Amino acid sequence: MVAAMSNSAAVAASTWVTTFLERLPAPAGELEAVQWRGREALSRQPLPSRRQEDWRFTDLAPLTALAPVLAPSSAQVGWPEPAADVFRLWLDAPDDLLNGQSLPAGLSILSSDEVQQALGHTLAACNCEQHWPVELNQASATRVLALRVSGAVVPTLELVSQAAEDGVMRPVRVLLLLEEKASLKVLQIQLGSGCSLSSLVMEAHLGRESTLRHGLLALGEGQACFLGHLAVEQEPRSQLESVWASHGWALSRFEPRVVQVDGEATTSLKALQLADGQQLVDTHSRVEFRGPEGQLDQLHKAIADDRGRSVFNGAVRVPRAAQRTNASQLSRNLLLSNQARIDTKPELEIVADDVRCAHGATVSRLQTDELFYLQSRGLSASVAAGLLKRGFCEEVLRALPAAAAAWRPLQRMLGED
Amino acid sequence: MIRPDADTLLEIVDLQARVEDKPILKGVNLTIKAGEIHAVMGRNGSGKSTLSKVLAGHPAYTVTGGSVRYRGADLLDLEPEQRARLGLFLGFQYPVEIPGVSNLEFLRVSTNARRMEKGEEELDTFAFEDLVRERLQVVQMDPAFLERSVNEGFSGGEKKRNEILQMALLDPLVAILDETDSGLDIDALRIVAGGVNHLASPENATLLITHYQRLLDVITPDYVHVMAGGRILRTGGKELALELEDRGYDWVDQELAVLEVA
Ligand SMILES: Nc1ncnc2c1ncn2[C@@H]1O[C@H](COP(=O)(O)OP(=O)(O)OP(=O)(O)O)[C@@H](O)[C@H]1O
Ligand SMILES: [Mg+2]
Repeated sequence: MVAAMSNSAAVAASTWVTTFLERLPAPAGELEAVQWRGREALSRQPLPSRRQEDWRFTDLAPLTALAPVLAPSSAQVGWPEPAADVFRLWLDAPDDLLNGQSLPAGLSILSSDEVQQALGHTLAACNCEQHWPVELNQASATRVLALRVSGAVVPTLELVSQAAEDGVMRPVRVLLLLEEKASLKVLQIQLGSGCSLSSLVMEAHLGRESTLRHGLLALGEGQACFLGHLAVEQEPRSQLESVWASHGWALSRFEPRVVQVDGEATTSLKALQLADGQQLVDTHSRVEFRGPEGQLDQLHKAIADDRGRSVFNGAVRVPRAAQRTNASQLSRNLLLSNQARIDTKPELEIVADDVRCAHGATVSRLQTDELFYLQSRGLSASVAAGLLKRGFCEEVLRALPAAAAAWRPLQRMLGED
Repeated sequence: MIRPDADTLLEIVDLQARVEDKPILKGVNLTIKAGEIHAVMGRNGSGKSTLSKVLAGHPAYTVTGGSVRYRGADLLDLEPEQRARLGLFLGFQYPVEIPGVSNLEFLRVSTNARRMEKGEEELDTFAFEDLVRERLQVVQMDPAFLERSVNEGFSGGEKKRNEILQMALLDPLVAILDETDSGLDIDALRIVAGGVNHLASPENATLLITHYQRLLDVITPDYVHVMAGGRILRTGGKELALELEDRGYDWVDQELAVLEVA
């Protein structure tokens, strides 16, 4: 059953884009050409609608209720001190991103020629360069954090963006090129509150035998919306471990897409998403093996409470070239209220014959016997439920890079802070 | 120990309960006084665990008749957590695994819930660690189990020891131990029984549900009850357990048949 978009809704949607584009400053700076192209595309492309399979469960109303403009930021609200082994960059800093700091050994800024060459390459390889949220980011982002990674980088690179002012949009664009055998830990923190829009597009190219440990903690409040794309290309024997957690956004849509260009790489994806109140949290992931002997280990967990809604679509593509792929995907969901809703769907396209692909999805309530066991030891029903929820979340959160601890992810995810 | 002047802790009168539409308890009568040790025996499916879960307040069971008074108050009126805080303890026949919840944290929260009820101060993490390390000795349990998730991946015997550890921390007035001896090796049985004896006092009471005389060799019961068809059919002293060991349950079935015809 698909809700047809009425004419007036279509008109309202295109008005939203027109207004959005009109309020953007003229394209300028290192991404000027990209901005032009993004604006062009947005003015031609209709807003995603629920008639499209990929947006079937995801109503953009919370987004179109916003009237976001680009505005300089001054806010760093509720940030912990960076830990000793953390190199923090504030991605909304009004002027220079590095702000006088020198990069840790192993990281260097790409030249503008290199950026020209590389930017968008991985998005295209992952087939998402024309996705609407990507175009929205390209239309507005005025700069990109573009880094080359050589050797083993010791400190965790922490990238923070915060949209705390009503009516702002914060586009974040990141490009990482990991050379052969390089390794890096990245922790991204995306914070949003009020009527704001956070937009993230991150590309990473993992050379042979390189390792990227990536964590994304996306925490919203109120009417704030989050749209994110993560595109990763993996060369053989590279390792990607990506862990993301999202809660609190009126609308959160995250699309991690990974391509193992010649197989033989290892991909681990772990996610935790929470929706309560009227929130909608949506993850559309896609992993594609273009060569043999690739591995995927994916765990997606979600909790939906109140009238919250959680959507997960996990595509895995194993074409004929990808023999001896070993992939597993598990979606585990907790449904805590009768009005909440969970839609979870594996989407396996397996053409190769010699592969191991396991997948499973469960949706359950809190277990009566678990609750009773805790209550029989003196814990109130609500404390018992809280402990069970924490237990459910912990499995994913403890896989975040260690630097995430300073942000108290469990307390923030569960709204205990 | 039987003392005529001891306080009555638990008084079960004609208790009836069902699960969904199936009647299981059909009129249980049992009075337990401070200082006493009771044993309940009976065939598989006779209703022993059901009795223990009804007393602890499991939501799957509906009480359809009778009453239970706990230290003078209406037990059936209380939420499960209130029963626990007031000193009723159930050692589960099948302790539940709770992934992701730290055993140590769970033990601390439950111990503090009980302490608050007794008017004692809450223990912080450090004070609690001291207490738990001391109580671990009662069951000779490896402290490494504290760091794991509640019962997750514990062997059958380890789960039972964890139950007795909880009992040692919660300091109950009435402890119901549902087949705590099942699945224990000989040494573990001695340790667990030793723990139960160690915790028994003139102020509290213990109800042991068991199938085996070997437990009653180590913990001497004051009363032995035989359950059949959702009732307590016979009550005697410790010699009744020996008689069961000797004669089996056939005679119990015959008595039950007479009763159900009547
Ligand atoms: N939740 C339930 N749903 C359906 N039937 C139940 C439930 N709980 C208990 N019963 C039934 O009630 C009867 C009594 O079960 P109970 O577990 O109390 O027996 P028991 O005396 O403890 O047996 P055992 O010695 O095997 O532990 C059994 O027939 C059992 O199948
Ligand atoms: Mg039983």
